[in-house]
Amino acid sequence: METDYIAISYGQLALAALLIVVNVGLSATLRLGLGQSLLIAALRMVVQLLLIGFVLEWLFTQDNALIILAIALVMTAIAGIAAVNRTQRRFAGIYWHSLLSVLAASALVTGFAMVGIIRVQPWYDPQYLIPMLGMVLGNTLNGISLGLDRFMEGLITQRDQVETLLALGATRWEAAHPQVRNAIRVGMIPTINSMMVMGLVSLPGMMTGQILAGANPIDAVRYQIVIMFMIAAGAALGIFGVVLLAYRRLLSPDHQLRLDYLEETQ
Amino acid sequence: MYCREAAALNRLSAEFIDREPKMEPNQPLLAVENLSRQLSERWLWRGVSFELVPGDCVGLVAPSGAGKTLLMRNLALLDPIQQGDVRFEGKTPSEWGLPTYRSQVMMVPQRAIALDGTVQDNLAQVFDLDIYRQRRFDPTILQTWLQKLGRGPDFLNLQGTRLSGGEAQIMALLRALQLNPRVLLLDEPTASLDAATTAQVESLLHDWLQHSSRACLLTSHDTEQIRRVTHRQINLGEFGKRL
Repeated sequence: METDYIAISYGQLALAALLIVVNVGLSATLRLGLGQSLLIAALRMVVQLLLIGFVLEWLFTQDNALIILAIALVMTAIAGIAAVNRTQRRFAGIYWHSLLSVLAASALVTGFAMVGIIRVQPWYDPQYLIPMLGMVLGNTLNGISLGLDRFMEGLITQRDQVETLLALGATRWEAAHPQVRNAIRVGMIPTINSMMVMGLVSLPGMMTGQILAGANPIDAVRYQIVIMFMIAAGAALGIFGVVLLAYRRLLSPDHQLRLDYLEETQ
Repeated sequence: MYCREAAALNRLSAEFIDREPKMEPNQPLLAVENLSRQLSERWLWRGVSFELVPGDCVGLVAPSGAGKTLLMRNLALLDPIQQGDVRFEGKTPSEWGLPTYRSQVMMVPQRAIALDGTVQDNLAQVFDLDIYRQRRFDPTILQTWLQKLGRGPDFLNLQGTRLSGGEAQIMALLRALQLNPRVLLLDEPTASLDAATTAQVESLLHDWLQHSSRACLLTSHDTEQIRRVTHRQINLGEFGKRL
């Protein structure tokens, strides 16, 4: 790989870490009580990224599809679990729902991009597959979190309305589809917002990275466009899947609203 | 063309069935057997059995917290049945299909919920539900009922979400009545109404029950009302004490 960029040494990293003093200072002055979480978050970020750097360095030398797919699967599983961890309520099976939705959405979208759009040879080339999958997963995870959370809250706040309709003879879909629609809409908002202002307000991280690494800005922009479409499709599929699965769980085949399945997390 | 005729024929036969239910004499409309309900570890009531025959109006009485509303929710299958059996005309709710069952055994909850729009929208939009697709919203019958309840026709133009508690109860009762259920489950139907309107609702209910194939189960905190309106009472407290 060409290296027409300035490599960063550990000393320079330490210098950058000094910037966290701004956050800690602010937290201390305003008594935000964030000092400890900020330090932990900063530490986690540094350790996780350094580790993943080593993992990626090793990974990019691999040529075994199974190893690469296994890593991809682990990433997907972590995304699926993380998506649920941010919701306020749980029900039995919610982790499976999330895993299944993340897996199906990211596999479809990333697979299509690798084989159909970018046409990477071989299709599992980790230099392409892993970062692109990561981008899709990160955004799908956010969408799923938001969508699931909104769906469950929507059913709780609109419980009387849903049950009034059920009591009048509505099917579970007739009674609850406004909540399904709303949850999918809310889950999609961040993706749509970020597409709206992309390049105007925000310079996306991946594109910035490519440019810093010396790529032609036009090429970087093209990659970014592909990625954004992947993200939008992945998030939409993931949210759609997870909300429909949750719908099937929380509205029983007997057309009952089963809020008793929900448990609040602390 | 063929489709439209077939639809019209369907509608005719649907109306025909609505008006002339085939009833075996003395066959119960609703049969409840050994119904029990548990909240966490505690049994609220156990072994509740009774029948509603056509023309019946039965009062469900019990102290507060004994689970009257939960029994009604169980009869409407809004909550799953933990133990026991509910049948409408000899068939279980699952055999009917839940939407069909609930269109026949209809619960009107104590807290009336208005959907979007005016009272008229509220009443008309339930006909969009799949189960009523062969029926049409009928404003004329509503005018008659509104008159009996001492409301003018402009009641239909009020915004649903701005109704008072009592007005919402009237709206919810009319919304259910117009769908022509066979069994009405009324949970405190006049709790938010003044004395005059309460009397009018009671008389409307009395008229509605004149139809030979209907029955009604009703809860009320007002023992006088239970005595006035119902033919007999089920004391749910009895099913709790026996434990």
